[in-house]
Amino acid sequence: MKSGSNLEKVLEGGYFAVTAEVGPPKGTSAKVIQRKGELLKTYCDAMNVTDNQTAIVRMSSLSGCVILKEMGIDPVMQMVVRDRNRIAIQSDILGAVALGIRNVLCLSGDHQRFGNHPTTKGVYDIDSIQLVQTLKNMRDEKKFICGEEISGEVPLYIGAVETPFADPIEYRVKRLAKKVNAGADFIQTQAIFDVAKFIKWMEMVRDEGLDKQVHILAGVIPIKSVGMARYMKDNVSGISVPDEIVTRMEEAKVAKEEGVKIALEIIEQLEDIDGIHGIHIMAVAWEDIVPVIVERAGLLPRPIL
Amino acid sequence: MIIGKQKPFEEIWDMIKNFKKVLVFGCNTCVAICHAGGGKEAEILASMLRMRASLEGVEIEVKHAAIERHCEPEFFEPVMDNVRTSDMVLSLACGVGVNFLSERIGNIPVYPGINTEFYGAVPKAGIFTELCAGCGDCILHLTGGICPIARCAKSLMNGPCGGTNNGKCEISQDVDCAWYLILERMKKLGILEKMFEIQPLRDWSTGMYGGPRRIILDHIEEVEAQEERKGS
Repeated sequence: MKSGSNLEKVLEGGYFAVTAEVGPPKGTSAKVIQRKGELLKTYCDAMNVTDNQTAIVRMSSLSGCVILKEMGIDPVMQMVVRDRNRIAIQSDILGAVALGIRNVLCLSGDHQRFGNHPTTKGVYDIDSIQLVQTLKNMRDEKKFICGEEISGEVPLYIGAVETPFADPIEYRVKRLAKKVNAGADFIQTQAIFDVAKFIKWMEMVRDEGLDKQVHILAGVIPIKSVGMARYMKDNVSGISVPDEIVTRMEEAKVAKEEGVKIALEIIEQLEDIDGIHGIHIMAVAWEDIVPVIVERAGLLPRPIL
Repeated sequence: MIIGKQKPFEEIWDMIKNFKKVLVFGCNTCVAICHAGGGKEAEILASMLRMRASLEGVEIEVKHAAIERHCEPEFFEPVMDNVRTSDMVLSLACGVGVNFLSERIGNIPVYPGINTEFYGAVPKAGIFTELCAGCGDCILHLTGGICPIARCAKSLMNGPCGGTNNGKCEISQDVDCAWYLILERMKKLGILEKMFEIQPLRDWSTGMYGGPRRIILDHIEEVEAQEERKGS
């Protein structure tokens, strides 16, 4: 075991993993995290805490993870390279490990221009692939970037993200290979709606032999309304929402129920794809629906390892 | 070259309105090409400032002048006596020129009339684009001649990120994704395989993050010193 985290045990044990996203509050209340943690605890194997997602200031991922950890939940600390230089990154990793955090997801982060402090200075000292490499080096060689020794163990399970449908698509699998070569243990993808396209992409992943080297968790976003479906189709880069899904949401009598149905159909197809080892549910502002989806998808009970 | 853009007129007016003798001082190199701070722009701006002064009913003598370059001492020599007759200089040179003149002019304030923007080119008349960040450690041989430091919004070394959208950057549909351009270019050059290697962490200390930079060419300095010795 590299980290001994629950997520690692589930994936290495060959189970189909379920992770869920927890957005921290724009405030100081631990209760917001605790409520979400309590709600999702028995429905997933680990919970991602986002890191100032869309460049909007929120409670730090590290503290959100600690709150979950105290509840006996296995947190995945998301870390973007937008806001920290290599000194802060390594320092936060040492602190996170000391506080019992074992899973770290490496991202570049949405550009600061999107957030609520668009006049800030982005850091981008290292990129997300270099972050994966840095964490692997910290864990396996017990060394900082500068080459100096780290005292103590750095047990980490290292994650990276992948946006399969961002262009140029033919290069995406190669870039995934770079992340795997850098040391990623698991991958969480951007939300998948166009399963047929994703199946083709996974063929390319298997052709490169990447499915044997890394655990890929496919992203799932339950759609709450037709407006949300249209918004994602038109505005979120790297998300491909087929017209059929938009039409179904438009014609649905109860939009939320249709959204759940669509998510369940997608999950069912994802489970059948060779090389997909789990799903990552990002129910943005709709966390309450996650237990329903996990239960109806037949993914209960979650393994206790 | 260095691309600049004239500051908003109101900002300039606020800078000069309390002075009596103002020199609008242009530079005829980079900032003249981008129509921000050459002799012509200095003349136009001086005349606008005179008009404004007369509208406001204040007496300000606004003169204008320009020299070829504000970044080397010899270009100043013929005009410095004239420059010193002003009680403030509104420099239309880049920031380099403002600094350089400030250190040489004595007690006269030198204010910036333009914002120095970036190192760029002129793909078409009236369009200026940033192409270099002056990072002090050029990697263009690794990226098909397209700079990810200057042209990727996140300065990624192993791009593109997930924000690429039809070849455009996530920050704006008006901005090309540098990594999209890099990959297309490398494909054409037949060296796409290079991109599959992980590029290492950068040494940013060669750029502005390592503190102010200085380059000394010993051989040139030595020749100058010899010339001086000969002369004396």
